[in-house]
Amino acid sequence: MSITLTDRAADRVKSFLTKRGKGIGVRLGVRSSGCSGLAYVLEFVDDVDSHDQIFEDHGVKIIVDPKSLVYLDGTELDFAREGLNEGFKFNNPNVKNMCGCGESFTV
Amino acid sequence: MALLQLSEPGQTPMPHQRRLAAGIDLGTTNSLIAAVRNGIAETLPDESGRHLLPSVVQYRGGHSPIVGYSAKERSARDPANTIVSVKRLMGRGVNDIVKLANQLPYQFQDSESPVPRIVTEAGAYSAIEVSAEILKALKARGEETLGGSLEGVVITVPAYFDDGQRQATKDAAKVAGLNVLRLLNEPTAAAIAFGLDRQAEGNYVVFDLGGGTFDVSVLRLNRGVFEVLATGGDSSLGGDDMDHAIADWIIETSGTKDVSDRTLQRRLLNSACAAKESLTDQATTLVEVEIGSGRIWREPLTRAVFNERIEPLVQRTLTACRRALRDASLETADVREVVMVGGATRVPRIREAVHDYFGRVPLTDIDPEKVVAIGAALQADILIGNKPDSDMLLLDVIPLSLGVETMGGLVEQIIPRNTTIPVARAQEFTTYKDGQTAMSIHVVQGERDLVSASRSLARFELRGIPPMAAGAARIRITYQVDADGLLSVTAMETKTGTASSIQVKPSYGLSDVEIETMLRDSYEHARDDAGARALLEQQVDADRLVDALGAALAEDGATLLSVSERASIDAALQALRTARGGNSVDAIRNAISEVDRASAEFAARRMNAGIKRALAGKSLSEVKEL
Repeated sequence: MSITLTDRAADRVKSFLTKRGKGIGVRLGVRSSGCSGLAYVLEFVDDVDSHDQIFEDHGVKIIVDPKSLVYLDGTELDFAREGLNEGFKFNNPNVKNMCGCGESFTV
Repeated sequence: MALLQLSEPGQTPMPHQRRLAAGIDLGTTNSLIAAVRNGIAETLPDESGRHLLPSVVQYRGGHSPIVGYSAKERSARDPANTIVSVKRLMGRGVNDIVKLANQLPYQFQDSESPVPRIVTEAGAYSAIEVSAEILKALKARGEETLGGSLEGVVITVPAYFDDGQRQATKDAAKVAGLNVLRLLNEPTAAAIAFGLDRQAEGNYVVFDLGGGTFDVSVLRLNRGVFEVLATGGDSSLGGDDMDHAIADWIIETSGTKDVSDRTLQRRLLNSACAAKESLTDQATTLVEVEIGSGRIWREPLTRAVFNERIEPLVQRTLTACRRALRDASLETADVREVVMVGGATRVPRIREAVHDYFGRVPLTDIDPEKVVAIGAALQADILIGNKPDSDMLLLDVIPLSLGVETMGGLVEQIIPRNTTIPVARAQEFTTYKDGQTAMSIHVVQGERDLVSASRSLARFELRGIPPMAAGAARIRITYQVDADGLLSVTAMETKTGTASSIQVKPSYGLSDVEIETMLRDSYEHARDDAGARALLEQQVDADRLVDALGAALAEDGATLLSVSERASIDAALQALRTARGGNSVDAIRNAISEVDRASAEFAARRMNAGIKRALAGKSLSEVKEL
């Protein structure tokens, strides 16, 4: 079981956490919804739940609940820029289909 | 794929339901747009990394207007068609403009209309339309940067703007296609950016020295709401006047006699502005300017001399502060904090004078040119509902996710657990069968993927869906939990507006222990649930295919297929039915592809037959019209 970050994603997460002034890491997750089955969750973490699994990469804590981990194992979180827009991207090897917009997916 | 932003805990938006909001500082000289991304409010730069957008619009005959830096560069060459400082004209009637007209390089249209219009080579435009061009440029930047359309904006206006000027600003937003969540007073926006709204109640002063205008506002924070006690200032005092002060110094010191040349004036002001900016960090700067034909004049300018030159301007700002405090019946000792806004407050002498006058260090941590836009963005983020834990009074969360049953006994979450209430979330669903006229809605609670493992809260039916092909109807299901935790679910067929709803109290009868058990179950069964979900999804797909193909065969099978072709499709279908009954995801998936392959030719023939039927009995010209 592993979840990783690219250099760029790690730098951004660290800088966002610093600017926010609190938080111990990022939560990656999935939830059922959207046009193609499941949708990603990407949040700051202030409290770790006792069930959560914690990974660490590039000095960043990645928190995943056990239910989401089934769908996210092997995922690499990247940070990309497309024109003026920029944001995080899940490189998830479990994904089989994505909806046109890329906000939801099926495994 | 879509690029995602980091959300606050429990606040990840639903796909396609990210609510984009922005704050706009629509300024006299420059405008900005800001938004909250990854939990941080920041101004959004253009392609060249510039955050400011000069509030300048150039109209050209036969072309669309130019906004921003390129318009500003042309303003000297084409003053009649290039509108600057349009904010000064907002909400002004013809009578007001007559007084200003002599000072403005524009020609106003003679008309009966109460709204004055500036005549340009591309037509006559009101201040509202000119402002709308600036807003459109900011909107385009915001939507490109945020990757979606803006649902709402907060636009800042000076605290002294009257109803007419505020309405004009709203109208400009409407023309630009923006939904205004709220107009916010500029000083209040600055105070919000510094988080003063979350601090102790008391009096605050906002000192706003921009390029061409100076505003001072006295605010009182009372129960989280800012009230404007007094405003003051000088509508023709700003950083530009400091540039003129330095330019005068250059003219005197260099002994330049003739300064009537416009290019020379521009060069003098540019050098003066550069000198002013470098004196913010340095005690001395070297002023270089080309005066006369190719003659370069160089002379060091010290901060002491600069301070001396701008001292009359500094005193004018302090006089305005004194008057504003008097209007608010306050002493300097009654002021808790002083907030600095506007690029010209970077000048050390200004900071020093404000510090001395109020007897406290002014707040300068946030870039004074961006602070108003940032405050507006924070407010927009709250108003659009992205940050319900911020200003909402009631802080309660939903203990377990609320969802709806979908085909195959699966749960689709509508409101995830730990969402703060009140909350409303909607999602669209569709029909499963051709001609389906009713839909049963099963409201469930819990973290599991299967309805059988979740808690059933309520069931109701939506009837009266007009008969349509499967997948064509759009049923919007809205879950709304009010501040008291009361859940109401509404299902509405969007074309006819037929609706049906029910009310439940979701947390009723659930103890903390039960909630904990339901949560733990969902973790322990994560892998089983994932497998079950995959199987059920394939089964639903298989059923849909069997139904659709069965209907097609009944209709056209006899005419379009030979006996052997029919037999191979039937065999594939039978194999799919068998696989559907088992519990191997892969077997069903393979059987589906097998049916797809076996029936591909049949589907093609049906398509051709359909086209033939549509064209039968029509002449060539009729077909061309189709």
